[in-house]
Amino acid sequence: MLWLLAAALGAQICWQAARRVGAPSAVDLPAAPSAQALRLASLGEPAALARLAMVWLQAFDSRGDNAIPYQRLDYRRLVAWLRAILATDPKSEYPLFAAARVYGENPDPAKVRLVLDFIYAEFPRDPNRRWPALAHAALLAKHRLNDLPLARRYASAIERLTTDPSIPLWARQMEIFILEDMDELEAAKIMLGGLLATGRIRDPQEQRFLEARLKEIERRLGEQTKGR
Amino acid sequence: MKHSITVARYLLVEALRSGLPWLAAACVIAAMAVSGFLSRVAITEAAALQASTAAALLRACAVFLLTAHVVASVAREANDKGLELALALPISRPAYYLGKLIGYVCIGALLATLFAVPLLAWAKPADLAAWWISLATEAAVAAASALFFASALTQTVAAIAAAVGLYLLGRSIAAIQAIAGGPLAGDSAPAQIARWIGDALGLLLPRLDEVTRSDWLLYGAPAAGDCARALAELALYFVLLTAAGLFDFSRRNL
Repeated sequence: MLWLLAAALGAQICWQAARRVGAPSAVDLPAAPSAQALRLASLGEPAALARLAMVWLQAFDSRGDNAIPYQRLDYRRLVAWLRAILATDPKSEYPLFAAARVYGENPDPAKVRLVLDFIYAEFPRDPNRRWPALAHAALLAKHRLNDLPLARRYASAIERLTTDPSIPLWARQMEIFILEDMDELEAAKIMLGGLLATGRIRDPQEQRFLEARLKEIERRLGEQTKGR
Repeated sequence: MKHSITVARYLLVEALRSGLPWLAAACVIAAMAVSGFLSRVAITEAAALQASTAAALLRACAVFLLTAHVVASVAREANDKGLELALALPISRPAYYLGKLIGYVCIGALLATLFAVPLLAWAKPADLAAWWISLATEAAVAAASALFFASALTQTVAAIAAAVGLYLLGRSIAAIQAIAGGPLAGDSAPAQIARWIGDALGLLLPRLDEVTRSDWLLYGAPAAGDCARALAELALYFVLLTAAGLFDFSRRNL
């Protein structure tokens, strides 16, 4: 009996060790459920489920062997997931943060537009909470898509719809900011510096993530300058 | 009442001497570990994710531990013929049943207290107090439900399944009614029947999705009036389950 137990345990360990476990691939992202289905699955804990769903979602197509993260992800399905998760907990800023800062940083302009449309559509539902995502969307529209009218539309929406007096002046006057002749790195540094100075970023994970993003922009622009 | 308090006291001593305190401590450690791990991979709202996940896990653990403990305790008492011995003493059936219920409610309150303490790291005391009271009330309903099913059903597994099933239905009935009544459900006969069944269940089940929510710890507890109304609804359901249990226990042929 002891030999049987030892053999079965050994077989279990060897079997699991031989399996390659990695991040799920893009094709594995299933179709998004409805917000009502997510609420049902949450069993009365929508805040917890919404955040857990975001942690699960960000694992898709994020493998290290991917030349460009999320390049193979079906962005229509992705946006459907983000919309459903945001509807599950409308007060969470995670879906819009991921949309603007992660999925919006895709070299494919069509995919970027899908994400920016999503952010712009969701912004009016809670402008005083969701303005940082739209501010970054305006930056992406100007510097990645070179679409100045789109960037101005986003900036004007922030100015028109936000009413919270604690929102920094540079965000409410973003249209001027968009029209200024500055490059992406300068604009991103000003925006991030402004967010840090107002104490808006309190989450240490978010701070680390945004600082890493700034370093990435610096590296990329440095390579472009050398290439010229 | 004196007999009921005595029965309750012995139940508390039994619970404290069993493996329940260790299991509860293990649940706290596991919930903190899992939520801490998940918060490390989040790119934003890490503290909110940790608080909401820990609160949701601890809430589920409190209800499950209490339900399993109540059913196992009743089953052990039946197997050891302790029930017949207790009823041979000068104690009425209602007093004995109420004594057990009071004991289990106290155990639920202790579990709620133990599980609320670690959440002080993220939540404001006022919001956490509302969450704690709500969890203690929810645990009391779970205890009453488990005691009712454990007394009424002879099989341990069936009693646990019934109690857990009632709890899960109570947490999801609002979403079920919303889906059944939504525009996508259509107007066909099966859809109408589903809607009626959902509404009928809604009349018979407690609205557990409105209490002990983790978003109270993130966005603030609801106004005192709304909290009181939700807890009063749970208290009413507790009385309903107690009355059902007393009725079944009193008429049973032992």
